[in-house]
Order: sequence, then C-alpha cells, then structure tokens
Amino acid sequence: MIFEHDVVIVGSGLAGLRAALEIAPVADVAVISKVFPTRSHSGAAQGGIGAALGNEEPDSWEWHMYDTVKGGDYLTDQDAAEVLATDAIRAVYELEHLGVPFSRTAEGRIAQRAFGGHTSNFGEAAVKRACYAADRTGRVILDTLYAEALKRGIKVYSEFNLMDLVLNGGAVKGVAVYELATGEIHLFKTRAVLLATGGFGKVYKVTSNCFANTGDGVYLAYRAGIPLEDMEFVQFHPTGIYGLGVLISEAARGEGGVLRNREGRRFMEEYAPTIKDLAPRDMVSRAIMTEIRQGRGIDGRDFVNLDLTHIGKDRLAEKLSDISSFARIYLGVDTATEPIPVSPTCHYMMGGIPTDVDGRVLDERNAPVPGLYAAGECACVSIHGANRLGCNSLVDLVVFGRRAGKMIVRDLEHLERKEFPETAGTDVVRQIETLKTRTKGERAAAIRGAMQQVMTDHCSVFRTERGLQDALAELEILKERYQSVCIDYRSDSFNTDLLDAIELEYLLGLAETMVRSALARKESRGAHYREDYPERDDDRWLKHTLIRRTDRGPEISYKPVTITRFQPKPRTY
Amino acid sequence: MIDMNFRIFRFDPEKDKEPYFRHYTVLAEPWERLLDCLNRIKWEQDGTLAYRMSCAHGVCGSDAMKINGRCALACQKLVKDYQGTEVVLEPLPGPGFPVLKDLMVDMAAFFKTIELVRPFLNASGTPEKERLQSPEERKKVDEVIRCILCACCVGACPVSNENEKFVGPAALVQAFRRIFDSRDNEKDQRMKQLDYPDGAWGCVNHFECTRVCPKEIPVTKSINLIKREIQKSKLS
Repeated sequence: MIFEHDVVIVGSGLAGLRAALEIAPVADVAVISKVFPTRSHSGAAQGGIGAALGNEEPDSWEWHMYDTVKGGDYLTDQDAAEVLATDAIRAVYELEHLGVPFSRTAEGRIAQRAFGGHTSNFGEAAVKRACYAADRTGRVILDTLYAEALKRGIKVYSEFNLMDLVLNGGAVKGVAVYELATGEIHLFKTRAVLLATGGFGKVYKVTSNCFANTGDGVYLAYRAGIPLEDMEFVQFHPTGIYGLGVLISEAARGEGGVLRNREGRRFMEEYAPTIKDLAPRDMVSRAIMTEIRQGRGIDGRDFVNLDLTHIGKDRLAEKLSDISSFARIYLGVDTATEPIPVSPTCHYMMGGIPTDVDGRVLDERNAPVPGLYAAGECACVSIHGANRLGCNSLVDLVVFGRRAGKMIVRDLEHLERKEFPETAGTDVVRQIETLKTRTKGERAAAIRGAMQQVMTDHCSVFRTERGLQDALAELEILKERYQSVCIDYRSDSFNTDLLDAIELEYLLGLAETMVRSALARKESRGAHYREDYPERDDDRWLKHTLIRRTDRGPEISYKPVTITRFQPKPRTY
Repeated sequence: MIDMNFRIFRFDPEKDKEPYFRHYTVLAEPWERLLDCLNRIKWEQDGTLAYRMSCAHGVCGSDAMKINGRCALACQKLVKDYQGTEVVLEPLPGPGFPVLKDLMVDMAAFFKTIELVRPFLNASGTPEKERLQSPEERKKVDEVIRCILCACCVGACPVSNENEKFVGPAALVQAFRRIFDSRDNEKDQRMKQLDYPDGAWGCVNHFECTRVCPKEIPVTKSINLIKREIQKSKLS
C-alpha cells in the first residue's frame, strides 16, 4: 500500500514520541515502530534524567554542561552540550506537568540523586542531579508520553519495520516499510522523515539492550550514503548482571552502593580518588576489567561485586526496587544481605547519524540532507562525545526530540511531498524474495553469534591494532557467509524469522563501521581505549570520525569538535 | 547444561485448520531464562515459531504467555525452576486475545481498554516549576506505576476470561494511577466512568491478577481501593 503523511517518525521511544507531540498540532504526523510503543527500549532506563534543578543541593546548568563535556572526554560539541544543560531544566518540568510520577523530596519537589560523573563546582564533589521515579524513570516517562500521544490521536503503525529510506536527488521523500502481520511492503510518501530508531547493542554478545536494538535507522542511513559519526565510541555499562548483561542502574552507586574486588576492597578509591564509584562509566568499566585481568575478580573469575548491603532494606525497597527484583529473580540474591555479581555490559552507542542541534541530518560536507532528521541514540549531535554520562540519555531524547520536531515544523514550509521515485521499494521486494526463495544456506543465528563473539573479543572495553585487524578480517568472512543466509519460514504473516535475517545485515554493516572507525583512531579517549595508544592525543585526534559508504568501500574522514567554554584538560576524577 | 523439554502451542493461520502442540528439546544452563530456551529453539531448530519479546528482563512486557498453565513473562522464569518437567507454553488465554500465530496474540482489544480509562493526567494550569506533591501523596501510586502493560493479569482473570465486556485488571490499574495521583483533577469523572457492573464492580476478588503480576503490583487491592473510593464519593 501507499500511505501519505506530512511527517513520518520511525521509532516510538522517547525521542520519537516527543517529536510527534511537537508536530501533531500543525501537521499530519505518523509514528512507525517495530514494537508497540510501550515496548520501546527507552522504557528500560532506570536511574534518572539529568537536570540542574537544584532541588536537593545547589546546582547549575554550567556545572552540568562542564560535566557533560568532561565526561565525553572533550569530544562533546560544546554548543550542543550547552543546549542540553540549559534546556534540561525546562524539559524535566514539562515531563512533570505531563504527569510523570517523579519521586519527591520532603518539600514535594522532584527528588534528585547522585549519578556517575555529575559534580558540583566543576568537578569538586558529586552532586544530586538525577531526577528520578524510583528506578523505573524511563518506563514511567515512556508511559506518560505514549498516553499523551493517545490523547492527541497521533497515528501509530505498530510492528512495522523500516526497510529502506526513499531518496530522490539527495532528498528524502519517504520510507519503505515491512508490515509484520501481513508481510506487505508499504511505501510512505512524506515531506519529512525523522529517524528515532535507537541503538544497536545487539552487535555484542552481552548487552543491556533489547532485542529490537538492531540499529535499523542508522544502518539504512549509512546504506543510503549518509556518513556515520564517532562509531568507535561504545559505552560499556560497568554493572550488568554477570552473564545476562541485565542492567543494574548507576543509581545503585548513586544511593551509596560500592564495587568490591575479591579482597573485599573498594577498588574505585584508587582509580578515581575524588568521586570513587561515581566516576564516569568508561573509567569504572576499565577499572573492573583491570581488576579482573589482574586476578582480583571474585574467586579469580571474570566479575566483581556490587555491594548494596549497607543501604538498608527500606531504602532499597523505596528507591531501588526494580534492580532488587532483578537480582532476586535472576540470581536469587537478596540485595539487602548479599552483593550482586556484575561485569561490564554493552549499553549505549555514542556514535550514530550526524545531526545539528536541531536534528537535521548532516552529509559528509556538513550540509543538511533535505527531509531527513534524526534524534535520540541513533543520532550523534554530539552531546555525549567519547562517553555519555548517566542520566544524559533520557534528557537527550526529550530535549533533542522536541527540537527536531520544531525544526521539522519550520522546514515543512519548503518541503514538498512530490517527486516520489517510481522505483521506490523494488530493491526491498527483491531482497525479501531472495531470502524467501533461498533453500540452502545457514541460519542467521550462527552468523550473528559469531559476529557478537568477534565484537566482544576485539572491540570492547580494551582494543588493540591486532585485535581490530582480526575483527575486520572475521567480519569480512561473516559478510560473505551472510550472502547465503537461509530462513525456515517463508510465509507472509508474522515472519519474525525473515526479520531476524534482515536485521543481521544491519548489525554486520554497523559492526564494520565500528571496527574501521576504532582502527583509525590511534589514541585513547573516553570509551575508546587502545592499549597500543593509551594516551589521549588532542593534537592529532581532537576531532570527530566520519565513515561513509562509497563505491570504493568505506571511507573515513574527520570533522572538528566545537569548543566554546571549556578548553580540554586532563580528565581525572 | 540441562536437557529441557517443551510442548509449545502452534498455529499458523495460513496453513493450520486447528492449533496443535509440538515438542522440542533444548540444552540450557540452569540460570538461563525460559526465553533463552525459546530463542534457541527458534534460532537453531525451528524458525517457523513465532512469539514476541524485546527487553528480556521484565520491563517491556512483550513476552507474556501461559507457562504451565500460569500467565507469566518467559524472560522472568528460570530454567532451574522447571528442571525435570515438561514446560507447556501457550498463548495468553481468553476471548480478548485471539491467536495470530503460535504464541503471538492480538493485543488490540487489550490496549483499547487501556485507552478507555484515559490513561493521561488531566491537571489545570502550568506552574513555572514542578507541581508540588508530598512524598505521602506520591506513595499512593508507587506500586501501580510498575505496570508494564504485559496483560498477564487480564489473561489470568477468571472474569475477563468469561466476560469480554469487563474492563479488566490492567485498565483498572491504569485508572488507579490517575485517580490516586494528587495532581489529577478528573477524579470524579474517572470514578463515575468505572461505576458500572463491567467496570470496577466486575472484579469479584479472585486474586488471580495479583498472583501472576510479574511486577508484584497488588492489583486486586488496588481495584478494591477504587471501589471504596467510588462508594465514598457516593455517600458524600
């Protein structure tokens, strides 16, 4: 079928929904999502949303901006960080007005807690900046924005998967979409498309990410010739449940939890003497991996303990009930009396589709791509630089989702719904036909498992030239194997087997951009740690990586970092 | 690794006249989730099997199904608790959840009931900062905001299973979230809306919803508090 809407938003997490709310009063907007909106991965965010409200202790947006820049190891674009830190305050009040059930202070204000890398007075001490609703902050914001979208009658197409961007002469004219229920390929003719498709943690074996996080929008933008920015920067959250990777929020440490090695020692005191366990995630993850490598994991194994036992049963129940239930359900651990075994888990992609501060997608010449916008984890503004601070993703989603919505409304004046290419969707039809008719080959899961192992072995917390070269070679083999990927189910309705195979193309493509970008960057910065280049090198590498698909293969280029208020300094905590 | 035996409900509307059960055996670690087993079956043995899942840790609410006769999330149940038994997996039961394929059901009617209770805050005025709410006021909704709309409660509710018109426990939990939110000023209308035989009064305290809720929400108690509030409002 052919659908027509002024604006199509792909993704129904917080960025997509917030943008939709902005556009709905003035234009015909529809949201396409591979899952029902309340299943979106924004709902898995636990600990809080960062804004310098100053409800618990003095705070200022300048400190928030500084922390964001320093947390990002100075790769953050400071104009974007300033927008984030100043607008965060308005954004959180707005969420409260929409009905988000934030936890409260004794005075009835929004409660705030400490979080990694958030400090007062430019790094002096930890500050309570994370506005929270127990440890289910993302979930209640998602419920609230979804309800608001319902109230305003926004059209949602659930279980519709993005298959391709439709371009004409360098401008985006719509999208091709696969409907899970029927197997039909639909074309959406639009004036503007906003990608809000989230991250792609499923590139790794152990991740806090949901199964839907396969980077659909990011890969399809790349396939369409749009560059990807800073793909080497992958956040490993320090505290995933050992083995499963299920997230244990930084709020656990914000509320006083500490990490301990096999000797029972609070080892973060050595790595970050000022803020200890509340150091940024890249530093804590490296510290944990160092402890494990040096034989100080619990019983010499590959995990450490997160100790919450001194927090007290009542406070755990009040403020950390979800994570306490995760520990009980998955480990049989009572957080009030026993520690939680944890190890780093792939959590967040700092890189993605390059945008300006208004969500406009930028091409390799840094010029806006007409009709295409991106917001949320799939975008790289870049607010998070080389390492995102905890609590800065939820605020990124609502601040930049709204800004993208506003920009689209402004741009609609000169964006028209015409010149939709006649050939749109034909490649997608062919792609699906090929997969459905191939009778010999191997299952997607085997290739995907091998890719996840390669990325985990060579492109994780620690990286080396040799390892990355190996990874690249192995990915080449896996891409070759993918040419004969074969599915079991060939019918039209609810063919998740087919979608699994298609999503694997996305993941393989993105894994390659990550490894190539990581190989090129010969320094250590934020989450990108090269054992063969252990120092940050501002003279040569204070710049954003761009990787773009060309006829000659992937090409890497660079663009400058925007620096306004804070000159790069050594990053210690 | 343990050998796990599964009997899984299968139905493909394109091919099957009647649903049937199919047996699978899969190796799993004791600490793994039943969802991990399902994934292994689908990825390694039988790609034709369909079910929903996403976050895999009880937050998104996608993988609700009947596990050995009880509505639950496959991502919250561990292999070790089912060792040595055959695990029977069926779709969410009841007239409200027509089977689409295998373990996937049509959730449209379920989400319609959620829409029906107007699950958004209606408050007047926009203060410069946040609206004030005391910790005691906020505490009233602390349990119900855990709801992830997985529909286990509706699948388990004997009333919902017999009477499609009953608004059902999930919608009542959503209504509770707004009725007891001190910031909402539609309380009276909300209670009036639920004051009919298939509304709040449809609940007759079977407590099945409370037993199965994966987020441990005291669902029945919450519904009874709504009923009490309705009665109070009529007396005054």
